Amino acid sequence: MRVALFVPCYIDQLYPRVAMATLDLLEQLGVDVDFPEAQTCCGQPMLNSGCDTDALPLAERFVEIFSGFDAVVCPSGSCVSMVKNHYHHLLHDNARYETLRTQVYELCEFLVDVLKVDALPVKFPYKVGLHSSCHGLRELRLASDSELNIPEFNKPKQLLALLEGVEFAELKRKDECCGFGGTFAVSEEAVSCTMGRDRIADHLQAGTQVLTAGDMSCLMHLAGLIKRDKQPIRVMHIAEILAGYEVPQ
Amino acid sequence: MSAIKSYDHPTNADQFNKDQARTHWHDSSLWFIREKRDRMSKSLPEWETLRTCASQIKAHTVSKLADYLEEFEKNATARGATVHWAKDAEEHNRIVLEILQKHQTKRIVKSKSMLTEECHLNPWLEKHGIEVVDTDLGERIVQLRNEPPSHIVMPAIHLKKEDVSNTFHEHLQTEQGNYDPNYLTESARQHLRQKFCQADAGITGVNFAIAETGGFVVCTNEGNADLGVSLPKVHIACMGIEKLIPKVDHLSIFLRLLARSATGQPITTYSSHFHGPIEGGELHIVLVDNGRSKLMNSDDYRNSLKCIRCGACMNTCPVYRRSGGHSYAATVPGPIGSILNPLRDAKHHKTLPFACTLCGSCSDVCPVKINLHEQLLTLRTEVKNQKQLPISKTLPMQIASFVFQRPKLFAWLGGVGKFFLRTMPRFLIYNAMNPWGRNREMPEAPPESFRKQYAQRVKKKSDK
Repeated sequence: MRVALFVPCYIDQLYPRVAMATLDLLEQLGVDVDFPEAQTCCGQPMLNSGCDTDALPLAERFVEIFSGFDAVVCPSGSCVSMVKNHYHHLLHDNARYETLRTQVYELCEFLVDVLKVDALPVKFPYKVGLHSSCHGLRELRLASDSELNIPEFNKPKQLLALLEGVEFAELKRKDECCGFGGTFAVSEEAVSCTMGRDRIADHLQAGTQVLTAGDMSCLMHLAGLIKRDKQPIRVMHIAEILAGYEVPQ
Repeated sequence: MSAIKSYDHPTNADQFNKDQARTHWHDSSLWFIREKRDRMSKSLPEWETLRTCASQIKAHTVSKLADYLEEFEKNATARGATVHWAKDAEEHNRIVLEILQKHQTKRIVKSKSMLTEECHLNPWLEKHGIEVVDTDLGERIVQLRNEPPSHIVMPAIHLKKEDVSNTFHEHLQTEQGNYDPNYLTESARQHLRQKFCQADAGITGVNFAIAETGGFVVCTNEGNADLGVSLPKVHIACMGIEKLIPKVDHLSIFLRLLARSATGQPITTYSSHFHGPIEGGELHIVLVDNGRSKLMNSDDYRNSLKCIRCGACMNTCPVYRRSGGHSYAATVPGPIGSILNPLRDAKHHKTLPFACTLCGSCSDVCPVKINLHEQLLTLRTEVKNQKQLPISKTLPMQIASFVFQRPKLFAWLGGVGKFFLRTMPRFLIYNAMNPWGRNREMPEAPPESFRKQYAQRVKKKSDK
């Protein structure tokens, strides 16, 4: 199986450790991974800002670069959802895209549904607070959300539960948005920060030691608040935990 | 209605968030209701089936709306009601005024109707010398305060009991400093009772109109709609044309969904059915379009006509909960309002589709499965197409797109950016122009990008 690693632009530049952890993890699990270097950004910031014509060439590039692989794996639910669910606003009747959209996976989804991972040789003796990122939750259905009356499931949690020593923090609001929302974090700064601080307060009361999520963007926002407010919570992307990386001090 | 301070949601939301204690109180009041709704919806194993059925019935009705409206008119007329058609808010207001003037009405009581809010009926009638009293308790409170409702189901959810007490003290001469909810409710009840007895006509909204029977249903928790139209001889019911359902058999699906979604109750206290005028009286039904048929013709937004105005999307919306209904400067706030208002007036309401993190909670909570957050995303492009996006928003996206189409330029600029982030003095990074940094730290810039590390890794492997 030829797997392409799709690394979101901001992870490439600001969080290379997350991308490296994803690569390491996939390789540990015996996957042959390629990183097509022509990739940059999926175009989500443009489409989410209403600038569809600026997003279009990026969507076209994406299809060009990633077509031909058996699977495309990405450590970001939001970017995956952009490709899977929102490119059709931009690319009409594009046969290559229609094939590609079925081959793009968020990391946890790929591990659970395709690789069917049921063991990971990692010790993680921490109380983990899992932030369910909205696009992974409600657009990719990586877990059941509290709004729907359906049987409960949670793919990221299922993976974390494989680790030795892991404990989960019980949140009062298990799947509320952190307030990042892309450009929302800047254009609606007041609400965005109130939302983020509320999420962090929930993790503090639950005793979270390490806060994790499948989306680095939510974590970037939350980490920015945690650091400013000097809160005793460490932040790691789920790929870093699953790959057995050290908790940053 | 008090003057709207600003149509700009971020400005209003920023103002609201200045009082963090109040923001948290507002958030938790609404979350309390959201949790009640969760418990109620999960007590019905068939909940998701109900949602699917309701969504399909509404989709079907909207696809044949003209036929069903005619059927409704025929059956309602046969029951002795007079049906009026209004293409917009102005025509609606004129029709209502004409009916009232014909009967020399001086005082009316009105039960909650978002449609009459949408049409700004109160100020219009008051201008023509008619006293209008809103009889829903929440509506009455905001009416006394000369404020618009901040929520479509709980119009005074932004007010604490202390605020209500002060308002009642000023207008109803209740004891100053008496914050006891029972005392305040009883005072309002006595006051409203007088108004009910004096009224010459009653106006209600409509929750569901049934084509098959020509009847309609009004849901309230206070019984105020029934009281308002039982004494006077004239009943005017105002409804948006999307309130229709085809058959009486469909009603139970909607009644089970409505109250559970709205307030977490199994059903509203009163679900009153009206079939024709009371003895010796008149029943007028005003069917209002006011932009709805335009939505009917749009593939992107047709779904929003399914809305049954339960307000669940507001209660669940993390942005609404932390910015308050008034920040939307619109009759219908929250997720559904952020769709309906810009479609009517993109210039004034251009910030609303962006007052959203696209978290999708509204779509999953919606009892009729409106794809709210997807429509909000589509609307953002619509706002841009109508040239309502400032260059400060469009230009950075143009530049970013240019850069992202050139991987080498992107990698180079990424390096430059990271260099500055690492080396620039703090005051230059955390300046007034950086809204990220006001409350948050910037991410720490790593020395090298992933693509650089990957290239080195590949090289090392091939060297071995």
